[in-house]
Amino acid sequence: MNILVCVKQTFDTEERIVIEDGIIQEEGVRFVVNPYDEYAIEEAIRLKEAHGGEVTVVSVGPERAEEALRTALAMGADEAILVDDPRARADEAAVATVLAAVARQKPYDLILAGNYAVDDGSGQVAIRLAELLGWPYVATVIRLMVADGRATAHRDAEGDIEVVAAPLPLVITAQQGLNEPRYPSLLGIRRAAKKPIARLRLSDLGLAATDVAPYTEVVATFAPPAKQPGRILSGTLDEQVAALVDALCRVERVVS
Amino acid sequence: MERAPWMRGGAFLIADTPAEAVFTPEDFTAEHRLIHEAARSFVEREVRPHLAALERQDWDLTVRLLRKAGQQGLLAAEVPEAYGGLGLDKVSAALISEALAQGGSFALSHGAHVGIGTLPIVFFGSEDQKTRYLPALAAGDKFAAYALTEPESGSDALSARTTARLAPDGRHYILNGSKQFITNAAFADVFIVYAKIDGERFSAFIVERDFPGVATGPEEHKMGIKASSTRPLILQDVPVPVENLLGEPGRGHVIAFNILNIGRHKLAVGCVGGMKEAIAEAVRYAQTRRQFGRAIAEFPLIQQKLADMAIRAFVTESMCYRTTGDIDRELSADGGPADGRDAARRIAEYALECSINKVYASEALGFVVDEAVQIHGGYGYIEDYPVERMYRDARINRIFEGTNEINRLLIPEMLLRRAMKGELPLLQAAKDVEREVFNPSPDEAQGVFAAERRLLTVGKRLFLYTGGLAVQRFGQALEGEQEILAALADLAIEVYAAESALLRAEKAAERGGGRAEHQADMVRVYVREAFDRIAARSRDALAAMEEGDALRTHLAVWRKWTRYEPVNGKRMKREIAGRILAAGGYFA
Ligand SMILES: Cc1cc2nc3c(=O)[nH]c(=O)nc-3n(C[C@H](O)[C@H](O)[C@H](O)COP(=O)(O)OP(=O)(O)OC[C@H]3O[C@@H](n4cnc5c(N)ncnc54)[C@H](O)[C@@H]3O)c2cc1C
Repeated sequence: MNILVCVKQTFDTEERIVIEDGIIQEEGVRFVVNPYDEYAIEEAIRLKEAHGGEVTVVSVGPERAEEALRTALAMGADEAILVDDPRARADEAAVATVLAAVARQKPYDLILAGNYAVDDGSGQVAIRLAELLGWPYVATVIRLMVADGRATAHRDAEGDIEVVAAPLPLVITAQQGLNEPRYPSLLGIRRAAKKPIARLRLSDLGLAATDVAPYTEVVATFAPPAKQPGRILSGTLDEQVAALVDALCRVERVVS
Repeated sequence: MERAPWMRGGAFLIADTPAEAVFTPEDFTAEHRLIHEAARSFVEREVRPHLAALERQDWDLTVRLLRKAGQQGLLAAEVPEAYGGLGLDKVSAALISEALAQGGSFALSHGAHVGIGTLPIVFFGSEDQKTRYLPALAAGDKFAAYALTEPESGSDALSARTTARLAPDGRHYILNGSKQFITNAAFADVFIVYAKIDGERFSAFIVERDFPGVATGPEEHKMGIKASSTRPLILQDVPVPVENLLGEPGRGHVIAFNILNIGRHKLAVGCVGGMKEAIAEAVRYAQTRRQFGRAIAEFPLIQQKLADMAIRAFVTESMCYRTTGDIDRELSADGGPADGRDAARRIAEYALECSINKVYASEALGFVVDEAVQIHGGYGYIEDYPVERMYRDARINRIFEGTNEINRLLIPEMLLRRAMKGELPLLQAAKDVEREVFNPSPDEAQGVFAAERRLLTVGKRLFLYTGGLAVQRFGQALEGEQEILAALADLAIEVYAAESALLRAEKAAERGGGRAEHQADMVRVYVREAFDRIAARSRDALAAMEEGDALRTHLAVWRKWTRYEPVNGKRMKREIAGRILAAGGYFA
């Protein structure tokens, strides 16, 4: 079984976000494999260990994303592809278009991705990818079984568990709880260091700039205002109600 | 290899290393980072959840975790690939030690095994010994310990009383004696044991736990590092096959000294990990503890402590990785070492730096854990808070791998030996400095750190000036002047520490960015504080060697050199602390 895993390198979730002139500062930041993608990588490696085949990891991202791919290789992935053309990541639609082109390069049985990336949190890429490929899609999977060309997935449906069966090829996104990702061994890291990472440009994928023209544009990036301490209203019940209505209408402006 | 003058061990006292040539943590490769991450993950997931049980000395658990470390490759870094190891560079090995240091004193179980336990065989083992022992040690199927110390023979290690006598069959040595304070003794399978053949020739042996007559005594009740096993090793008529003699008979001291170099280096790196952990705990606590209506982290005195702690960690980290980079450069020169001995010999080029780092790092850690407890107030004295353990655990670092007194005595001794052998033109440099006496104070150097560079130049001069006078004054009798020797050691230590930090900040400044600014602030404050210590130490040494007019002449020179403009350290430390608090812990 050949599996493609989509991987994004994100800020460590412990990092503080510093924004200067509308740009998120990356200097000195610790980058990690997007935690949800780690579940996807782990699941792919387990499926390979059970059924044979190959695991390919792909990232559409900047040069530094190589480190995330190396981590995946060190965990046990077989091949890695980095599409580091900046046009390829103009927005979610562009990324999905590029990933679809990568997915068409080889006959994959399964594509695994994270439920969402912890940085942008858009959760769009995998579903767009499934749509572009015309494959079925199961999101937020916490348990996955594959046999005889079919997958049975348990998905976290807002607290309920939904059991979904679907034919391969298929796109799956991983939710927390799917597995406990391994951390690489030093031997794995050494082996990974010797594996090549394929670097692809748009043209290598038969794509033109117009194919990845973004639909959306980020017009501003800013940090949420610092959280103010809570306010305890005092006085009689009527006074408190009046103060609350006033605050909701005029201070917080959540009611008009 | 053609060595530039500054590349030699000890040359930092007489030559200036170019900033771009020094290895810094900013130079870690992607693979280094992955290895560090793998070691950190191991500690986070496998060790830290069990810290309490490990402290209660559950040795089965220790062994299980060591096995797991073996499966992850964390015992194989320094074993050559030919013997089942990974043959990684020393930067990788250092990053593993640094990460492990955050796993309480399990780090000692790991460190004693991969370091002083395994490396004697890596460096000095015969082909047969390496094939018999290294694959199992690298995989974690067997564990190693190192037995040098004896009840009557501590610092004076070569006075060991344990004996080895060739048995009449000519195929065994019979070992008798007892060893004291042996780390990993509870579960080690293999001991590197030093004994004197016929009571004379100091030699090393590989002794297996299963050999008849090998026993361990009861576990010591220690002040700290309780998760690490420490027991006597008792040898009673133990037959050790002659094939298990390590190196040549009568050459055990070569092995012992070389292993001490590595041990000191690793100890220093471990202290860096310990400091970072203590700083993280202190920051976390300072941000949550409220007094007088606000978080104590908002009080300038707490911030000053955090800044001082971060600066020490930064300086230690800079020295340790500078030395590690030097060792790696030496190890990879000319196609790499011909064999294990050659590797040990190359590492010994930086024996001086290893001693310097050991002393500096153990005392810096002592300072940092002390302030971490202080920031916790009364809670720092209570076992529920990790800093209580860290404070106790830190203390041993000033004692083992050569007490800090012994290392301080060794530093000038090693320098003098290198000078006498013609490996380091120290005496010439001391003469040159004497001539400088009549010249004006050294000029401001160029560049961003002009003032700091000048202070460092003066620091080196003061070392040479004081050292030169000591040699003239005492000659052979200098050996008995321990206070002067220790003062000279302190000057060398301070210079190496300050210079390593400065070079790192200079290299970072070339690259620019916010980190570079942070490093620059730390260096500007630190170099001045270190310089004050250098100045005071050399003045007191001069006063201990001369008197009357002669002393007044020396002090006139001293005054001319030591004048400098102070900076507003208060403001800079507030900024440094601000960044540490924002980052939630140490960063550089
Ligand atoms: C927890 C622990 C683990 C250890 N693990 C190991 C191990 O795995 N293997 C091993 O072989 N050893 C081990 N040791 C032993 C350790 O290396 C020694 O304790 C250390 O070398 C000091 O020796 P000592 O205790 O006999 O002190 P001493 O040598 O008696 O020193 C006592 C004091 O005198 C000072 N002193 C000694 N000589 C001089 C001098 N010439 N001039 C000035 N001052 C001097 C010392 O600095 C010290 O302050 C361990 C010790 C401990 C406590």
